[in-house]
Amino acid sequence: METAYNLIGAGLIVIGGGIGLGQIGGKAMEAIARQPEAAGKIQTAMIIIGALLEGLAFGALLLGKN
Amino acid sequence: MFRAYLKTAFIALIFIASATAQAQDQIGDYAYDTAIISDGGKINTKPEIDSYIDHHLKDSHDFHLFSYTNDAGERKHVGFPLPVIVWSTDGPKFFMSSEFHHDDDAQVLVNKGEATFTKLHSKIYELEGGATSINFDEEHHPTNAHRVFDMSITKSVFGLILIGAFMLLVFGGLAKQYKTKTIATGFGRVLEPLVIYVRDEIAKPNIGEQKYRKFMGYLLTVFFLIWIGNLLGLTPFGFNITGQIAVTVCLALFTFFIVQFSANKDYWMHIFWMPGVPVLMKIALIPIELIGLFTKPFSLLVRLFANITAGHVVVMGLIALMITLKEQFGVVGSTGLSLFLTLFLSVIELLVAFLQAFIFTMLSALFIGMAVAEHDHAEHAGAAEDDIDEVRERFV
Amino acid sequence: MLDLINDFSPGLFFMQALILIILIALMRKFAWRPILDALNTREEGIANALASAEQAKVEMAQLEASNQAAAQEARAQRDEMIKEAREIKEKMIADAAGQAQEKADKIIAQAQDAIAAEKKAALADIKSQVAVLSVDIAEKVTRKELSEKDAQHALIEQLLAEANI
Repeated sequence: METAYNLIGAGLIVIGGGIGLGQIGGKAMEAIARQPEAAGKIQTAMIIIGALLEGLAFGALLLGKN
Repeated sequence: MFRAYLKTAFIALIFIASATAQAQDQIGDYAYDTAIISDGGKINTKPEIDSYIDHHLKDSHDFHLFSYTNDAGERKHVGFPLPVIVWSTDGPKFFMSSEFHHDDDAQVLVNKGEATFTKLHSKIYELEGGATSINFDEEHHPTNAHRVFDMSITKSVFGLILIGAFMLLVFGGLAKQYKTKTIATGFGRVLEPLVIYVRDEIAKPNIGEQKYRKFMGYLLTVFFLIWIGNLLGLTPFGFNITGQIAVTVCLALFTFFIVQFSANKDYWMHIFWMPGVPVLMKIALIPIELIGLFTKPFSLLVRLFANITAGHVVVMGLIALMITLKEQFGVVGSTGLSLFLTLFLSVIELLVAFLQAFIFTMLSALFIGMAVAEHDHAEHAGAAEDDIDEVRERFV
Repeated sequence: MLDLINDFSPGLFFMQALILIILIALMRKFAWRPILDALNTREEGIANALASAEQAKVEMAQLEASNQAAAQEARAQRDEMIKEAREIKEKMIADAAGQAQEKADKIIAQAQDAIAAEKKAALADIKSQVAVLSVDIAEKVTRKELSEKDAQHALIEQLLAEANI
């Protein structure tokens, strides 16, 4: 039973992280399309924020892992 | 010329070794858990695969390449033992891991002076009170043994030493090149842009032109250590250095301490007495900032660990597809599918290997940059104005 | 999380810290410092070379500009000289022409004067000769008839004065 809850929690984490990463990626794409000359800077910022989010999601996954 | 030839030969050897080892993986590398030995060392079921993957993710005390069963039905292991250094109740003990005879299930006991050791799931336990066999509770935790402080040259330590030696060799060579010429040649031409990349893309923008120099030693070392460690994890030698929680904890703690020790007054001011906000807010912000202080290195260590672990689990799971899907797709089908998917994921893992090294270094640089940044005094001017307002109110 | 804490090996942590410290120290001394120094020196060298190239370019441009200015000046000077020469030439021609004219005028005037004087002299001569002749003629004609020679002479003289040419 606990495993099931863990799996549900993991699913929720993945959904949340996915939405967040999608937002970051999408907005970064838009920004790059708008200002292609700033692509490098936008990419770096995108990766940093993505990494922070990913760290959060992974942290939650590991905390949830029994 | 000869050196260049040696380097090429070395790289070629690594490729060939990885190719052959990959091929041998399916023959019998999985046969590690004693539970499987009964089956001639072959892994055929899902729990066996899971336990094999679990075993791989952990550190090990010997360097094991592959195993096979010879015609006489004997189990043969190919690899070499690594030294075990433990601090027991009877003082430091030193012996080779071959004394455990590839046992990982607390079956073999090793007597050294007063202390008796056994190995269970890649961890060395010391038996308490002269016990002659190990007892388990129902969750398979030993009841009459405790873990010892294990400074063994484990596989990960061995890998780290290897990486360190490699880095010293190639980067020392690059440094030596600059004594005689201004433009690097040979392999140095590959390394130089990497060093410049770390300096110009990671250190300078995040720490600042004036102060980056002091931290370059740490950032460059950590960047290449993590990157090469990640790449080594992708070879079939079975290294999992950056996937060891102890390693990532250590790296993150280094960043943490470097940040705290190089921090200037502004940094501590921003934590304990945030300028430019009301007093109540200042008090409310202290615990939040303090938590932030510790979540930063925590997220660093968890990110690296989880990424590498996840990568290893998925790659090994995909390799195992050729066993798990054998019945559905046949030998050729499952092997082809597994090969294709593994190849695809390995390419992604190559990217992840770099990305994680980059992100770790980048975030370290970012945190260091936050700690050493000179704030322009706009905020403090704002704070001074607040003070004036307070004084005025008191008078009015 | 419990698994993770259980997996954490203090020994590995210790070894990793040890290796990392040693590695950072060694790499700093033997690799990063010389590499970064060399890179900095090289980049400074490149920057300096670029700056000096720029400087040379500017100097070149300046030199060219000054050359141009000198050429311009020389050309202007030449034009000036040509113009002066032309003016002098014209002036000389004009002067010469004027002088010649003057001289010619003078010569003409002198000639005219001389002619006028000659004419006057000739006329006077003719006048006197005519008078003498007339008197002679008249004397010859009227020798006998006219006794009062002196009265007759005065009359002719008077008539001649009236008949001025």
